[in-house]
Amino acid sequence: MNKVMIWYGELLSQKSLIKRGLFFLTPGMLWLILFLILPGLILIVVSFAGRGAYGQLVWDFSLENYKRMLGFGIFGWTPDYLIILLRSIWVAVVTTVLSVLLSYPLCFFIAGKPERTRYLWLTIVIIPFWTNMVIRTYAWFLILAPEMPLAKIASWLKIISPGMPLYPSAFAVYLGMISMFLPFVALPLFSSIERLDWTLVEAAQDLYASNVRIFVHAILPQTLPGLSVGVILTLVPAMGMFVVPDLLGGAKYMLVGNLIQQQFGTSRDWAFGATISMCLMVLTMFSLYVYKRKSKGVELL
Amino acid sequence: MRKIRVLVNIVAVFTLFFLYLPLLAVAFFSVNNTKYGLVWKGFTLDWYIKLFHNELILQAAWNTLVLAVVSTIVSTLLGTVLAIGMDRFPWPRRMNTVLDMILHIPVIIPDIIFAAAMVVAFGFLRLLSSMFEPGLINMIIAHITFQTAFVALIVRSRLVSIGKDVEEAARDLHADTPYLLRRVLLPLLTPGIVAGAMLAFTLSLDDFIISFFTAGPDSVTLPLYIFAAVRRTVTPQIHALSTIVLLVTVIMVIGMERFTRNVQVN
Amino acid sequence: MKGLFLKGINKSFGSVRAVDNVSLEIQSGEFFTLLGPSGCGKTTLLRIIAGLELQNSGQVILDGEDITTLPAIKRQINTVFQSYALFPHLSVFENVAFGLRSRKVPNPEVEKRVNRALDMLEIGQMSKRFPHQLSGGQNQRVALARALVNEPKVLLLDEPMSALDAKLRSQVQVELRRLQQKLGQTFILVTHDQDEALVVSDRIAVMKDGKIAQFGTPNQVYDYPDTRFVAEFLGAANVFSGTYRDGLFHSEIGILKFDRAPSWEHGEMAIRPEWIKISDTEPEINGVRATVREIIYRGTNLDIWMDPGPIRVRSATTDSFKIGDQVWLEIAPSELVVFDE
Repeated sequence: MNKVMIWYGELLSQKSLIKRGLFFLTPGMLWLILFLILPGLILIVVSFAGRGAYGQLVWDFSLENYKRMLGFGIFGWTPDYLIILLRSIWVAVVTTVLSVLLSYPLCFFIAGKPERTRYLWLTIVIIPFWTNMVIRTYAWFLILAPEMPLAKIASWLKIISPGMPLYPSAFAVYLGMISMFLPFVALPLFSSIERLDWTLVEAAQDLYASNVRIFVHAILPQTLPGLSVGVILTLVPAMGMFVVPDLLGGAKYMLVGNLIQQQFGTSRDWAFGATISMCLMVLTMFSLYVYKRKSKGVELL
Repeated sequence: MRKIRVLVNIVAVFTLFFLYLPLLAVAFFSVNNTKYGLVWKGFTLDWYIKLFHNELILQAAWNTLVLAVVSTIVSTLLGTVLAIGMDRFPWPRRMNTVLDMILHIPVIIPDIIFAAAMVVAFGFLRLLSSMFEPGLINMIIAHITFQTAFVALIVRSRLVSIGKDVEEAARDLHADTPYLLRRVLLPLLTPGIVAGAMLAFTLSLDDFIISFFTAGPDSVTLPLYIFAAVRRTVTPQIHALSTIVLLVTVIMVIGMERFTRNVQVN
Repeated sequence: MKGLFLKGINKSFGSVRAVDNVSLEIQSGEFFTLLGPSGCGKTTLLRIIAGLELQNSGQVILDGEDITTLPAIKRQINTVFQSYALFPHLSVFENVAFGLRSRKVPNPEVEKRVNRALDMLEIGQMSKRFPHQLSGGQNQRVALARALVNEPKVLLLDEPMSALDAKLRSQVQVELRRLQQKLGQTFILVTHDQDEALVVSDRIAVMKDGKIAQFGTPNQVYDYPDTRFVAEFLGAANVFSGTYRDGLFHSEIGILKFDRAPSWEHGEMAIRPEWIKISDTEPEINGVRATVREIIYRGTNLDIWMDPGPIRVRSATTDSFKIGDQVWLEIAPSELVVFDE
C-alpha cells in the first residue's frame, strides 16, 4: 500500500502525504479534542451525577436532575424551571423577530448609499457587534435611569412610581437583547441585500405586484441565505444569554443562562448546571436542525 | 415606492440611533464633572486620570492584554497549521465532515455551554495539578480553544480561495517545497492569518462569559471588572473605563475592516 | 528520438474513464491541438503530460527520455493554465521570473531573459504592474511569457483563450500561431473551439469519451472525418442515412453515387453545406431537386435550408433566392464523406 500520487503538482507516495497531513492536523485537533470534545463529553456524564452536601459531585447516575428540570422536585411538582426554559425560548424568538424587522430597513438604507460611503455605514453597524456585551448592557442603565426622559414618561403614565428607573424589567431585557443581537442579524443580511438582483423587483413592479407581494416573492427569497445565518447567530446565543437578564432583568426575569450561572456560582451544583446546559444544548441543536431543514444549503460563516 | 423609501430611511436611522444611544451615553457621562447622578455638571477628564491611579483597573487591563496576546499567538499558530492540515490533504469525505463539525462547535454552541464544560473539565484537571485552579492559565486555555476554531475557519476559507491552480503553477515552474512555501503559499496566506489573528484578539478582548466562568480572584479582566462594578453601583470612572474599551474596539474594527477590504481589492 | 510520445495512457477518476488507452506521437516543433467537447479527457491528458496528474498506466516519453515518473518540477514542460494562475502578489516581472528563480538562475541572466520574453509578447511596459491591474488579454500574455521564458521543450496551453472575447480571441489565435512558428517550439493546445483548432494547428487530435476519435492535419480531419461525431464537431454537416445497394446509396434525399464504396449495408454519409453547389439546370450526377425553405443571412454567406432533408447549403451572399424557389443541388461524389461505422 505505498501508492504514488500527484497532489497539488507534487509527486509523492500516499504514505508520506498522509504522514505529513497528520503532522499538520495533530496539534490543533489534539487541543480541540482535549479542551473541547472531552469537556463536552464530561459535561454530558456529569449531568447524570448528583450533588453532595458540600457541593461536590456524587456519582449516583440517575435521571434525578432531568426530572428536577421538568419540575419534579422534593416538594412536589413546580413549573419554575420549565417557565424559565420557555421564557428563554420566547425571549430569544421575540428578540430574533424584532431584530429581523429592524434589520431589513437598516440594510436597505446602507445598501442604498453610494459605494464610497457604504462601507463607512457598514462599519458603523459592525462596531456595536464587536463592542463588549457588558458595556453595551449596562449602558442601558443610563438611558433607563429615573432622570432620563423614558423613565419620566413612564412615571407620568403611572407605569412606574416616580424616581424609579425602568430596570430591572422585562422591557429592559428586550431592549438590551435587541440592541445586543441586532448587528448579528443585520451583518449577514446585508451581505445578501448588497447582492440583491433588483431586476426581479422591477419585474414584479412591472407585473403590478403589491408591495407585500414584491417583498415576499422578489426580495425575501433572495435574502434568505443571509437571513438564515443571521437568525441562527441570534437565536442560539440569545437562548443562552445571561449578562442582559442578569443586569437588566433582575431575579424575577431569569433565563436559562442565569440558571446555569447560578448552579456554577452560588448554588454550587455542577451536576444540575450540566443538566441545564444539556437542555440548552438540545434546544440549540433542535433550532439548528429546524433551520437547516427550512433553508437548505446555507453555510454558517 | 417613494413613501416606502422614506419609511425605510426613518426606521433605519432610528435603529442606528437605538444602537448607539447607550454607547454615546456612556461616553457622554464619562466626562461629566460629578460623581453621582446624571445631571450635566461640566466637562472633566478627571475620571480618566483617576483610572491610571487605580491599581485594580491597571491589573485588570494587564490581565486582559496578557490573556489576549498569549491566546492569540497560540491559537493563530494552532489554527493556521490545522487549516492547512484540513484543506491541503486528501482526507476521506467522512473524516472531513467530522473535522468540519468539530471546528464549527465553538461557533454554534452558546458560549455558556462551552464555559460550563470548561468549569467541569478544569474541576477534574485540578485533581491532577494545582495549575488548573481558576485563574489566568485556565482562561488562556479556554480562549485558545475557541479562538483556534475561528482562526482555522478563516485561514481555511482563505486556502480554499487561493485554490489549487497557483500551487500547481508554481510546481509547473519548477518550485521545490521550501520555495513554494516561502514565495507563494505563505505570502498568499498571510492576509488570512492576520485576519484570523485579529479576529482571535478581538474575540478575546470582547469575551465575558467564558472568562467569567474560568477566572480566579487574581485574574480579573476588564469586562469582568466592569461587570462586578456595575452590579454594585455605576460610577463615572466605569464610564471612562468603558469608553476607553469602546475606543479600542473602534480602532480594532476599523483596522480589521481596512485590512480585509485591502486584501479583497488585491 | 525527438518529440513527445504517449503510450497507452489510461486515467480513471472513480468509475469514470477520463483517458482511455491513448497513444500519440507529437513531433518536435509542431503545433498540436487536442480538440473535444468538455469532459472528453483532453485537459486530463494535458495535465498528465505536465506531470500534474498521474496516469493509472502508460508511458510519457520526451525526446527519448522516459519521464513517466518525473515530477512536474523536473519536467522541461511548462503550462499556460486556463485561469492563467498568475501569482497575484507578484509583479508581472516577478511572475515571469518565477521559473528561473526557482531554478536559481543568476540574477543578471534572469533580468535579461525576462525582459526578452516581455518584449517578445509586447508587455515590457507593464513589468512593474500586478495581475489585477491588467486586462484579460494582457494577463494571458503574462502567463505565456511566464511559461516561455523557461524555454520548455513542450509548451502546454489549456484553453488559453476561453477568457477572451470573440474578437480578441481570433486575433490572438493568429498571433499564437506566428509566435510558435517563430520559436519553433512544440506547442500542445487544448480547446473545445474547432475554429481555433483549425486556425492554429499543424495537427489535431479530436477526442471523445477519453479516446482519440481522429488524428490528422486540420485539412484531413475537416475534409475527411471518420465519424459523424468528428464531422459534426468540426463545423456543420448534412448527414444522410440510407442503404448501400448495387453500388448506389439509397438515402432519404435520393439515390446517390460516390467514389468510395463503404464497408456496410446500412450506414451514414455526410456532406458539408459549402460543398453543395446550387444550379438552375439539372447536374449530370447526383442532382437533387430541392425547395428553399429558410434563408439565414450570415454576413459572409447565406445559410439556406432546403427540403427534402432538410439539407443545409452555404452559398455566396451575391446569390438571390426566395423562399419557395425550386433549385437543383449538386452533391459531387468526391465530396461525399462515407463514415466507417
